[in-house]
Amino acid sequence: MIEMKDQKIDELKEYIAATQSNDNPESYLIAVLHKVQGLFGYLPREVMDVVAKAMNIPTAHIWGVATFYHYFNLKPVGKHIVSVCMGTACYVRGAGKVLEALKKNIGVEIGETSEDKLFTLQEARCLGACGIAPVIMIDDKIYGELTGKTATELIKKYRKAAKG
Amino acid sequence: MPNTEYIITLCDGPSCIHKGSRTVKDALEEAIAKHNMQDKVKIHLSGCLGMCSKGPIVIVNPGYTIYGSVTEADAAEIIEQHLINGKYVTRLVVDEDHLYNRFFRIFGDNDFFGKQMRITLRNCGIIDPENIDDYLSLRGYEALAKVLTELTPKDVIDEVKTSGLRGRGGGGFPTGVKWDFTANAPGDERYVICNADEGDPGAFMDRSAIEGDPHTILEGMAIAGYAIGSTKGIVYIRAEYPLAIKRLEKAIEDASKNNLLGDNILGSEFSFDIEIRLGAGAFVCGEETALIHSIEGSRGMPRPRPPYPSVKGLFGKPTLINNVETWANIPVIILDGGKWFSSIGTETSKGTKVFAVAGMVKNTGLVEVPMGTTLRNIVYDIGGGIEGGGKFKAIQTGGPSGGCLPEEYLDTKVDYESLAAVGSIMGSGGMIVIDEHSCMVDVAKFFLEFTQDESCGKCTPCREGTKRMLEILTRITQGKGKPGDIEKLERLGTMAQRSSLCGLGQSAPNPVLSTIKNFRQEYEDHIFNKKCVAGVCGALLTYTIIEKCVGCGACKRVCPTNAISGTRKQLHTIDQDACIKCGQCYDTCKFEAITKA
Repeated sequence: MIEMKDQKIDELKEYIAATQSNDNPESYLIAVLHKVQGLFGYLPREVMDVVAKAMNIPTAHIWGVATFYHYFNLKPVGKHIVSVCMGTACYVRGAGKVLEALKKNIGVEIGETSEDKLFTLQEARCLGACGIAPVIMIDDKIYGELTGKTATELIKKYRKAAKG
Repeated sequence: MPNTEYIITLCDGPSCIHKGSRTVKDALEEAIAKHNMQDKVKIHLSGCLGMCSKGPIVIVNPGYTIYGSVTEADAAEIIEQHLINGKYVTRLVVDEDHLYNRFFRIFGDNDFFGKQMRITLRNCGIIDPENIDDYLSLRGYEALAKVLTELTPKDVIDEVKTSGLRGRGGGGFPTGVKWDFTANAPGDERYVICNADEGDPGAFMDRSAIEGDPHTILEGMAIAGYAIGSTKGIVYIRAEYPLAIKRLEKAIEDASKNNLLGDNILGSEFSFDIEIRLGAGAFVCGEETALIHSIEGSRGMPRPRPPYPSVKGLFGKPTLINNVETWANIPVIILDGGKWFSSIGTETSKGTKVFAVAGMVKNTGLVEVPMGTTLRNIVYDIGGGIEGGGKFKAIQTGGPSGGCLPEEYLDTKVDYESLAAVGSIMGSGGMIVIDEHSCMVDVAKFFLEFTQDESCGKCTPCREGTKRMLEILTRITQGKGKPGDIEKLERLGTMAQRSSLCGLGQSAPNPVLSTIKNFRQEYEDHIFNKKCVAGVCGALLTYTIIEKCVGCGACKRVCPTNAISGTRKQLHTIDQDACIKCGQCYDTCKFEAITKA
């Protein structure tokens, strides 16, 4: 496990080194944070120190940037990320009900991860699939024209797949 | 491709993918292989065609036959009947008397009469976005070549000025003037930025434009680079749009290989590179100074202007920022002339505008119309009217910072000034149709929740103003509204409009103020009569069981507070004191025996 983490850190350091030869190297911070999230699934506190050293930017500044943007997770996430689109089109077509049903079924509030570490529930701004509103995205798959009931059925399917 | 007889275009937008377009593609390929027609038939995947409600869409060319709701099973039939026997598969042909069919027929034609007119989306759905040859065959990069060989930088700027093009991101600032300012700002290095941080919920035109025709954006940026003397372009795009990012990367790579980007473009002295930078989910980054801070690797917070980015922008250098849709207009203006462009639209707003029409409307999707088209045309003629048989209540334009307009404003023309005059904005082009089942106070609250959450917190009027307004709105929807609340909202709203630092705070009160102006009665009903006519605000509703009840007991079983009583096969009743108004009984009842009011 530790070995894997070291491997990831090495990959991250390599990525950072490549950006540092460009003009204005500090401007690649957000790209680097994307990379961290890609590797670890979230932004672990200790990895921020690695980034700080490699990019020569104070950790406090990095943390400030990381907390500003919604896209970055500061806590570990579950196996599947369930994003409920709360864009306007989805909202007027009943996204609120879908969200309530999911909260109840998964047993968490927005931004939380279920106890079995299977699902993290998130709100999304707009997934740009307004034509099939209301939509949710599980990992990178979009499901549309949902109701509270069909949304819960989806979750049940994922749960079953994880068990089997 | 000398042997190609048919080109099949498949919509690869998210709606169509969801409805199974990828399996349709496999089935088509299988059928083509079965009949040994691989050399004769070419399959394209296109960006979103904007016919989301009819997906998956398959278009067979030549002939522009559009098939809708195609399933895996239909694929073989299309190949056999249409391609081999030369007969239409009539039951699948999308045949409605609105413009979806028509605009495909007028593509490539200069006939811009009719309700839709595609300039910025001219290639979307026509070309394979991942194939540069397709773009080149439709006069792609010809504008760039023309600029490099025939025009001086000043000529280019003058042409854009003549066109009357204004910023499509919502601000509406004259594009040519912005170019001129940047070109004349002192400095040895300049930047060109494409703002693709499409954060408005309910808006997806930039995503579709990039996914459907990425080269147009690159060409527009390169032309600007030549005009203002810049060698470096940056596309700032949302991380939430992976497909658009992938296609842009491919487009940049292909353009560089063909010497259309990079050093000494087409053998000229001019060099220009484009880099992609990802956003990370902050709505305020659509504001230009915030966007610059984000590219610099900081928190995306706006700063006071002036100095404008055209003087002091990215890394302190003069910077030209335009929105995706603005960029897509540039090659057309150069090729067909600013004068031609300015013949479209209204007195002050030229050209076309793309709108993402969504919400309670039959045909959700993208439409591009000349400026000056009325809202009614868009909702009823192009959009096909209200979905689900409800009654039209309001149209919300301009995203979360726009206003809600009731029926009497449906004949308003869409251009920057007309929309502003009735209390809404053009914004980036989101258009949400709201029917009678939505409560306007709740809608205002919904938008304010969004802007409040997205407020970066730098300036007080926006940070505190939106927060206090949201508290009042929440109170009203919970039935705790007090006399004087409406006036307080108006006062706070006007204050935030006038004194906020950037566009986010200045426009955040729009949904609240416009709903108060146009739907004041609903606010008063909530506050004084404790009633929500639309039946949305839970705390103000009363659930009652009427005679239709068959006594099945389903409602009784789901009620979390045991407020429902009654014996089997008898009329049930709800104890109003125990009822927490969760609405579960209402949703469960199969006999429509529970009413809410």
